[in-house]
Amino acid sequence: MISVRNLVKHYGEVKAVNGISFTIRKGEITGLLGPNGAGKTTTLRILTGYLQPTSGIVSVDEFLVDENPIEIKKRIGYLPESAPLYPDMMVYDFLQFMADIRQIYDKEKIKDIAIQCGITEVMHKNINELSKGYKQRVGLAQAILHDPEILILDEPTNGLDPNQIVEIRDLIKELGKEKTVILSTHILQEVEATCNRVIIIDKGAIVADDSTSELKSASGKDIRINCIIGGVTFDAIQDALKNLQGIKLVQHIRDAGQLCHIQILTEASVDLRPAVFNCIKDNGWTLYEMTREYRSLEHVFRELTVGV
Amino acid sequence: MEQFKDIMKGAMLIAKKELAGYFSTPIGYIVISVFLVIAGFLFFSTFFLYGQAELRAYFELLPLLFAFVIPAITMRLFSEERNTGSFEMLMTLPLSTVQVVTGKVIAATVFASIMVAPTLVYAVSVAFVGSLDVGPVIGGYLGAVLLAASYASIGVFASSMTKNQIVAFIIGFAICIVLSLITKFLYFISPKIVSLFEYISADYHFQNIARGVVDSRNIIYFTSVIVLSSMASIYQLEVRR
Repeated sequence: MISVRNLVKHYGEVKAVNGISFTIRKGEITGLLGPNGAGKTTTLRILTGYLQPTSGIVSVDEFLVDENPIEIKKRIGYLPESAPLYPDMMVYDFLQFMADIRQIYDKEKIKDIAIQCGITEVMHKNINELSKGYKQRVGLAQAILHDPEILILDEPTNGLDPNQIVEIRDLIKELGKEKTVILSTHILQEVEATCNRVIIIDKGAIVADDSTSELKSASGKDIRINCIIGGVTFDAIQDALKNLQGIKLVQHIRDAGQLCHIQILTEASVDLRPAVFNCIKDNGWTLYEMTREYRSLEHVFRELTVGV
Repeated sequence: MEQFKDIMKGAMLIAKKELAGYFSTPIGYIVISVFLVIAGFLFFSTFFLYGQAELRAYFELLPLLFAFVIPAITMRLFSEERNTGSFEMLMTLPLSTVQVVTGKVIAATVFASIMVAPTLVYAVSVAFVGSLDVGPVIGGYLGAVLLAASYASIGVFASSMTKNQIVAFIIGFAICIVLSLITKFLYFISPKIVSLFEYISADYHFQNIARGVVDSRNIIYFTSVIVLSSMASIYQLEVRR
């Protein structure tokens, strides 16, 4: 549905986007994840036709962005970063203006959208009187007014309070059932909460592109097992565990009274939890807690962008 | 023709929104008030001295007044959008740059016409006290609209270049004041090239029309200024993507 090939954008000397390629299928909610300044906004701006790429091909359905920008713009609903709207306009007038440009003449449509986005009570306020959360929702209302097949949202929850964030995410998930959604963010929980696919961008290039669950379960360098064991010193545990096959390192985290908290690094290929448990049982110690640490998206993200 | 209608439809939506914008903030009313006070002063300060039933003195200074007021009307049209970021939203709507620029020029021209309209009272009151020659008055107002449209498209171009409204005003003012005053300096210029400078001067063409003689040359001049500066604005918007 959306295809991007070898996208490059230079601002003078600065290479904001440096050869990005991806394809987005219908009905996916894709998260564009990356540190600030990675090229997320630039990529989205090129997709929406606001910026012209230095080189590369962007197409939506059968249309090319530099040949048929108007056709593509009709199919896209776009919420730019920090939702810049016309501050002197009344919310209703603003949505009416957008509806006129999108050639929507159904009067009920604006009302329906207002209910869906929860902005009915601010329809007759000026946009510059609105709080950030309401502004964002008006921006979202504007983006979905014409029922676009593709929804592009640039940092949709930026600057909102936790309640508003949950509301906007729910709204996005709801919209994602029928539409293709691309959203950019530097907040990892956002991607975990809303997206079924992640593209991680760093320094203008893609460093990972996979489904959210796949990325999280993908085998990393090693597996970490956290244990809290009672009635023994760390040295004794270390000696006992050292003999197990597959263990790379046993780390002492802290002592809490009688309890010893350790972390075991094992190779990614084997699950050593049964062996560790048996070892503790055979030595007659008490196991208070054993958890396997799953790689969070946070780990993946840091590994890919900083290399830690 | 069908295509032209489509372009105008989008342009009119932009024009309508911008025109409403002039009246939703105090700026529009302030500009109109300032203009009317100065125009009134220019008219009455000479009217009783000359004792002529005509609006010549008023029309003579109109290009100068427009050079100052019209860039003030147009300065926000693109600069403000660039500054607040709404420009990004505007450019991702299914509208072409031609439609956006045309719409903004139309809005500024209509606003300037609304601003000038109350001065028709002068014409009416002059007609009561003496026999008014209608030709120059009709020509003067027709010329005023053409001049307003030309300066508006120059002002829109200035506004498309920068996100700073003050800079947009100064650029627009600089271009318009040159077009208004260039014929006043012709004493220093070799007579051979006087006609060239006259051709460039907006004032020269405006005064021709304001004499009541509508020549196709003058109409062509204003049309080319409007088209050229609008094209320059479109180029600005396209090239800076």
